[in-house]
Amino acid sequence: MPEKTAATAVSAETEAGATAPDDAPAAVTAKPEKARSLWSDAWGDLRRNPLFLISAGLILVLLAISAFPGLFTSASPRDADLANHYLQHPNWGHFFAPDWFGYDGQGRSIYARVIYGARASIMVGVGVTALVTIIGTIIGMAAGYFGGLTDSLLSRVTDIFMGIPFLLGALVVLTGFENRSIWVVILALVFLGWTVIARVARGAVINIKQADYVVAAKALGASTSRILLRHVLPNALAPIIVVATIALGGYIAAEATLSFLGVGLAEPTVSWGVDVSSGREQLRNAPHVLIIPSVMVSITVLAFLMFGDAVRNALDPKLR
Amino acid sequence: MTIIETTADVPAPRGDRQHEGPLLEVRDLHVEFHTRDGVTKAVNGVNYSVSAGETLAVLGESGSGKSVTAQAVMGILDMPPGRIPKGEILFRGQDMLRMSAEERRALRGRKIAMIFQDALSSLNPVLSVGYQLGEMFRVHEGLSKKEAKAKAIELMDKVKIPAAAARVGDYPHQFSGGMRQRIMIAMALALEPDLIIADEPTTALDVTVQAQVMDLLAELQAEYNMGLILITHDLGVVADVADRIAVMYAGRIVETAPVHELYQRPAHPYTRGLLDSIPRLDQKGEELYAIKGLPPNLTRIPTGCAFNPRCPKAGDVCRTDVPALHQVTEQDGTELPGRGSACHFWKETIHG
Amino acid sequence: MAELSKNDEALVDSPDRTGVQPPAAEAKPAGTAGAPVDRGEPILRVRNLVKHFPMTQGILFKKKIGAVKAVDGVSFDLHQGETLGIVGESGCGKSTVAKLLMSLETATSGEVFYKGQDITRLSGRALKAVRRNIQMVFQDPYTSLNPRMTVGDIIGEPFDIHPEVAPKGDRSRRVQELLDVVGLNPEYINRYPHQFSGGQRQRIGIARGLALNPEIIVCDEPVSALDVSVQAQVINLMGKLQDEFDLSYVFIAHDLSIVRHISDRVGVMYLGRMAEIGTDTQIYDHPTHPYTQALLSAVPVPDPESREVRERIILSGDVPSPANPPSGCSFRTRCWKAEDKCATEVPLLAVPERFAGRDTPAAHESACHFAEEKDVVHAA
Repeated sequence: MPEKTAATAVSAETEAGATAPDDAPAAVTAKPEKARSLWSDAWGDLRRNPLFLISAGLILVLLAISAFPGLFTSASPRDADLANHYLQHPNWGHFFAPDWFGYDGQGRSIYARVIYGARASIMVGVGVTALVTIIGTIIGMAAGYFGGLTDSLLSRVTDIFMGIPFLLGALVVLTGFENRSIWVVILALVFLGWTVIARVARGAVINIKQADYVVAAKALGASTSRILLRHVLPNALAPIIVVATIALGGYIAAEATLSFLGVGLAEPTVSWGVDVSSGREQLRNAPHVLIIPSVMVSITVLAFLMFGDAVRNALDPKLR
Repeated sequence: MTIIETTADVPAPRGDRQHEGPLLEVRDLHVEFHTRDGVTKAVNGVNYSVSAGETLAVLGESGSGKSVTAQAVMGILDMPPGRIPKGEILFRGQDMLRMSAEERRALRGRKIAMIFQDALSSLNPVLSVGYQLGEMFRVHEGLSKKEAKAKAIELMDKVKIPAAAARVGDYPHQFSGGMRQRIMIAMALALEPDLIIADEPTTALDVTVQAQVMDLLAELQAEYNMGLILITHDLGVVADVADRIAVMYAGRIVETAPVHELYQRPAHPYTRGLLDSIPRLDQKGEELYAIKGLPPNLTRIPTGCAFNPRCPKAGDVCRTDVPALHQVTEQDGTELPGRGSACHFWKETIHG
Repeated sequence: MAELSKNDEALVDSPDRTGVQPPAAEAKPAGTAGAPVDRGEPILRVRNLVKHFPMTQGILFKKKIGAVKAVDGVSFDLHQGETLGIVGESGCGKSTVAKLLMSLETATSGEVFYKGQDITRLSGRALKAVRRNIQMVFQDPYTSLNPRMTVGDIIGEPFDIHPEVAPKGDRSRRVQELLDVVGLNPEYINRYPHQFSGGQRQRIGIARGLALNPEIIVCDEPVSALDVSVQAQVINLMGKLQDEFDLSYVFIAHDLSIVRHISDRVGVMYLGRMAEIGTDTQIYDHPTHPYTQALLSAVPVPDPESREVRERIILSGDVPSPANPPSGCSFRTRCWKAEDKCATEVPLLAVPERFAGRDTPAAHESACHFAEEKDVVHAA
């Protein structure tokens, strides 16, 4: 494997004329530049996209909150003080104070619950996406690359799972569990969600396996695993990443929905979905109990959707 | 030294007709694209004209601006990222760039039609060929379905598609490449336009089919006395059908000449290089002449003459001054009609 | 049977004798006039190569309803240091021949002998060993290089796959050497394919093909995607490399002028079969098959003077579908000489009887019942 130094590529620009008279330096794209991989090109695009900057900023904040909720509030999400704070309304001026968003029907600080609830949502979103991507990519790649019977078999299985309505399926699966920890919810969503990625991966791989560079690798005598890992996977990754980031928001929404319906997470787990669910009882006299966690879900989902959209534009400039 | 502003008179085009000035005249056209890597200057001051019954070949390699010019004429440039900062496109004396979108649309198809390289992607795969041909008549001339179909069959006969009446209901994928290109030609002909722009019409076809299609195009052009702009990179195809050639490089016309003279005595080093670098069918050569280097990056066109880094004749003046399209003359000074060369050393190139 | 030269006579015991039975009997070892003198055993011998792609119907129970006869009995020899050009229109099977030579497709029948060993039935390690010696250059420089790999990784990949060719520490130097050989700056090693123009990319593809020091390079339309001015550079480079490394090329293209320029011998294919094969002079200046004549006469020549004087044979119609080729001679549907015999009897590729034994350039193998010499390239 050749040594990689960015410096050589830069100096190549200046010396090109001397060493290779047939190839004038003007030939290569623009300015003195480093080796520009397609990924770094995409990154260059992203950095200049305000949509990306806003959504990435939001996501970073959300990640920080879910990693270190204690840094953002001194109150505990489980401390209930019914006597003093029953359904107390928000105090919009009290930034970051426990009463900023008011209190819920058990006298718990909604601000603290929103902060601590982020972890459940982010964990479900990230966890489901990671697992779904791994499983879907493996299945989709196998189906797309090997074709024939393997493809028929795997594609039919994918179709069967796809035929199950996502939310209804999750509802049925989760009803079967007594103790629904966050992992149970994640696995239930993965069980029903991998098909989307599998389909995308299969389509991408079918295109890629016909490309001449794959044929060239075969002609060199490359092993199947080498072709899959060095040639097929890196090129199939872009569409998979795009679909995965966009789906992430959907999984967060799904968790909230399931928790609201009472089959997802449940007390004492702190989660936005759980809070939305408990907020509906007092909707008339204390709408903030329901609205604030709902808004958090919406903002999070929106952030990931925007993020996914920006990534798509960067990775697939043809769509623009 | 005379400088040709617009291309001079046409030497003996095919067919006789009343002279009424050029059909289409492109004047000092500039087109640029705004991209991530900067401004791509695709067309940098192109002048050409075509008269009725005449075939002008625009010859150039990829990135020479030959297709972009045609797209600008047709008004099918993607804007943005494309932009026309300067120039005029006169059709029968009227500047098309100043027309309303409505007026331009009226010209398109009816007066100026275009044939593309890839017939399969230019035809709608879900509509029958007869329907697509007939559409022209239903929309533009308000014919009934039945009349339109009859017209479609007539057109298919015209472009020599065998068993036209039986195949009028077939879909594009049921035709071979050559037949699809004939259908494209039929569509372009439908409203009997004054001018046809053919962008690499035979590049995707096999040689034996290429010849059929080019012959058909030439025959129909003579019959309808149309102007034809043939855009191609193939010096062979051009030699067979063109009256006049404009060679483009880096968005400019570097040489114009009547077809015979261009091949006999090129007056621009780029043209000469191109001619020398094609292998001959009738003799086995030694090493091919190769123009050194690569076509320029259009975001960073070299200063002076764009061809100077690749040119064997380049001198200091070529690196600083952009050469104008000079009128080419014989050694004794008699003007060679219709000949121009944008080279500081055109005299040495043609006479040396 | 193509180019059954004297060489075969000496190889009575060679394994291919059996595979060549019926057509070989037809071909007379008439020492085709002008054929290259004895150059020893050919490095590649292709015998009766056939590739039919089955056409199936139904989703669950696939029923075979026919076959696309992409390659239908092709034979030729390739000698060390020689270039064999294969020309033909799209759908004639020339690209499938390339894939079969590279063992990228499995032949339906027939043999490809590389140094006496039939490689069509090889697999695993034995096939991998042969691959070192037969490499390929592709048509489209935009899809033949992995966009996510650096140039160094692309050209170095052959060494990863065949580590015995270059010790690990030596690879980076070898890659830079290869870049230099194909006329690219060795310091471009860390760049990605999209930072290069088409011609430069094709050079990278050639460098990859050269990496394992192969003896044979199969070139499938290597310059047809390039601009005219760049085409000449790449053609010259390929000629230079051939001299330098004593390479043998199978050069597949549709451009007859380029094929003549680079080839020592030329085979003309039509609908999966060889119509005519011979030296470049025999094919271009003394073609005897009507298809070759039509093909040559249709080539637009960049010389308007000759367009008036040159005779042009314009064929009617298109190439028939290889799924349903005409009976007898497959060219008869477009041939102006076709007679009843052509519809019933398949013409064999052999030196036509009327020229056999005569010392004329027309005496080369041609698969036509009515072979007749006709110069269509030179103006009358």
